[in-house]
Amino acid sequence: MQSQHIMRSFDEELRLLTNQIGGMGGYAERMVEQAVAALVSGDAALAKKVIEDDAFLDEKEREIGEKAVVIIAKRQPMAADLREIVGAIRISGDLERIGDLGKNIAKRVVAVTEARQPTRLFRGLSALSDLALTQLKEVLDAYASHSADKISFVRDRDEEIDAMYTSLFRELLTYMMEDPRNITACTHLVFCAKNIERIGDHATNIAETVYHIVTGTVLPPERPKEDKSHKVVAPTQQEN
Amino acid sequence: MEDDDNGSSPGWLKAVMRRLGRNWQVLAAASAALLALDLHLGGNGLAAAGAVAFVLAVAVLFPGKRGEHVAMQRSEGLAPDIDTLPAIHLAAAVQDPLYIFNRGGEVVYANAAAAAAFGPIAPGVSLQLKFRAPEMHDFIARVLAGGDEPSATDYAERVPIERVYRVSAMPIGEGTGLFVLLFKDQSEARRIDRMRADFIANASHELRTPLASVAGFIETLRGPARDDPKARENFLQIMQNQTARMARLIDDLLSLSRLEIRPYVTPSEKVDMRLLLKGVGDSLAHLARESGVTIAFELPETPLEVAGDRDELVQVFENLVENACKYGSAGGRVVISAEDAGPGAEKTVTVTDFGPGIAEEHIPRITERFYRVDVETSRAQKGTGLGLSIVKHILTRHGARLSIKSRVGEGSSFTVHFPPAR
Ligand SMILES: Nc1ncnc2c1ncn2[C@@H]1O[C@H](COP(=O)(O)OP(=O)(O)OP(=O)(O)O)[C@@H](O)[C@H]1O
Ligand SMILES: [Mg+2]
Repeated sequence: MQSQHIMRSFDEELRLLTNQIGGMGGYAERMVEQAVAALVSGDAALAKKVIEDDAFLDEKEREIGEKAVVIIAKRQPMAADLREIVGAIRISGDLERIGDLGKNIAKRVVAVTEARQPTRLFRGLSALSDLALTQLKEVLDAYASHSADKISFVRDRDEEIDAMYTSLFRELLTYMMEDPRNITACTHLVFCAKNIERIGDHATNIAETVYHIVTGTVLPPERPKEDKSHKVVAPTQQEN
Repeated sequence: MEDDDNGSSPGWLKAVMRRLGRNWQVLAAASAALLALDLHLGGNGLAAAGAVAFVLAVAVLFPGKRGEHVAMQRSEGLAPDIDTLPAIHLAAAVQDPLYIFNRGGEVVYANAAAAAAFGPIAPGVSLQLKFRAPEMHDFIARVLAGGDEPSATDYAERVPIERVYRVSAMPIGEGTGLFVLLFKDQSEARRIDRMRADFIANASHELRTPLASVAGFIETLRGPARDDPKARENFLQIMQNQTARMARLIDDLLSLSRLEIRPYVTPSEKVDMRLLLKGVGDSLAHLARESGVTIAFELPETPLEVAGDRDELVQVFENLVENACKYGSAGGRVVISAEDAGPGAEKTVTVTDFGPGIAEEHIPRITERFYRVDVETSRAQKGTGLGLSIVKHILTRHGARLSIKSRVGEGSSFTVHFPPAR
């Protein structure tokens, strides 16, 4: 009876901890979404909001870190439980970084909007951010369901994000060379694209952590590259 | 309609509750909760009323057995267990996504509509982890913290497809420690709004160039070329091409917009791809002949069935084969092949051409709206740059994906991967 009681309240603590990760995740997803929306529509007010929102993630990361340390000290968890807690710390770190990158995009909004850019460039950028956001959503869903089934798709999409980034980068370069007046704004856009690409990398890190939490082993390294190929969105939830 | 339901439902609900007596408290409470939720959400009460009717019908049909069951449970002093309560039948009969969760915020039950909309979810998964949007996260926290008032919030997803829901939650019965969470799809209204905005933005942007060129030619025809019959004929031809392109552009944009406002439901019709692909081949035979291309098939002997919407899939493969004929005409042939790697594996259909191929840096981009590798060639082919974004959109709705392989100088292949049958 006694030990069961302890078990239950440990589970309870663990659940509170992981729910906070859910909160952070939702917040980070929202920040990235809004930062890119602000960039595409040139919405300075939205950008300002995103910049302010970042403080929340910093605070949450600290909170989760402290809570995790208390749990570890008090419960001295082993194996799977320990993986779970250390995993939470790592994921909160990645989410905090994603928030920073979102903030960084938001900070560039004003500079980019000063001179109107062709819609074509923004299309590429929002396609890139949709990919990164899909990646993030999938790994956080995998964390929620404690399932490693879908994780192998993460590698594919990571490659896809890289390829898309490279292509966008080239396009921006060409555009800068065409007209030197574009250089300032395009440089900001290159950094924005780079930030989005790194958001994808953090999502991949989270995927690795989730895989480790669930299976206790390390996610197998990337499969050997086949031909240059491109894969278009595979919505997880429709696959079974 | 709505008023009618609002007015009459509580009345008959009360009557039924009276008739069914005390043992049905829990059942009735659950029904009432659902009905209240539905009405609260601005629904017309039909879904919940239907569900309630279903459960009550079951209850009335088997009164002895169920009555005994509940009575037995009570006499043993057990708290009502979700597995033995007909509430679960009720939940299953609801057509909107519905979750039942406990005080810890853990999912106890998800109905089929929920699994279809948000993917399968194992019991025990934390709702706050699954629905992370800040409003939802706070909303669930508020519901768990107590308060009997039914409350509601909005939930939006952007990827993989934009969706908006009105979500409400309410405790079930007295002291069951269970709650119900119900989603009402509001995406259509939102998508129509967006479609309007997108359509105007895209159309005005893309029509500007051809319109400007037509205007330019008209000016020339009235001025310098007024008395030059040869130039006139030539200019009229160009103008005709341009107007044809504009008409096509509007068709494509409309087609894309229409697709975008369709609800996000995986199509379930069974389609034999062999027949469908042959049909596509026939309908494009004319274009193939014009482009000097022969279309060859490499299809399996047995039917290759996928779950999908026939018309939409026709659109997918018409676009792919059309591109292969137009841009790959130099290769002289196009191969349409299909493969079924057996149960549990993906089914694939590939359209291959032997034309100039696509440079690596363009491959990730060509499914973007209006993206054309070589604007001149595409224009000469009357392309609008929307074909592949339509393809991508349809495939996303089908839970399928597209992979593109290409080598410059050797050709391209576009493969559609259909998810394994469930
Ligand atoms: N088989 C192919 N070989 C080479 N390039 C291709 C091939 N298929 C597509 N492309 C390139 O991708 C671009 C986008 O194709 P997409 O079908 O989306 O538009 P489009 O053919 O220009 O217009 P639409 O299909 O709306 O008439 C094309 O303009 C072309 O440059
Ligand atoms: Mg096309």
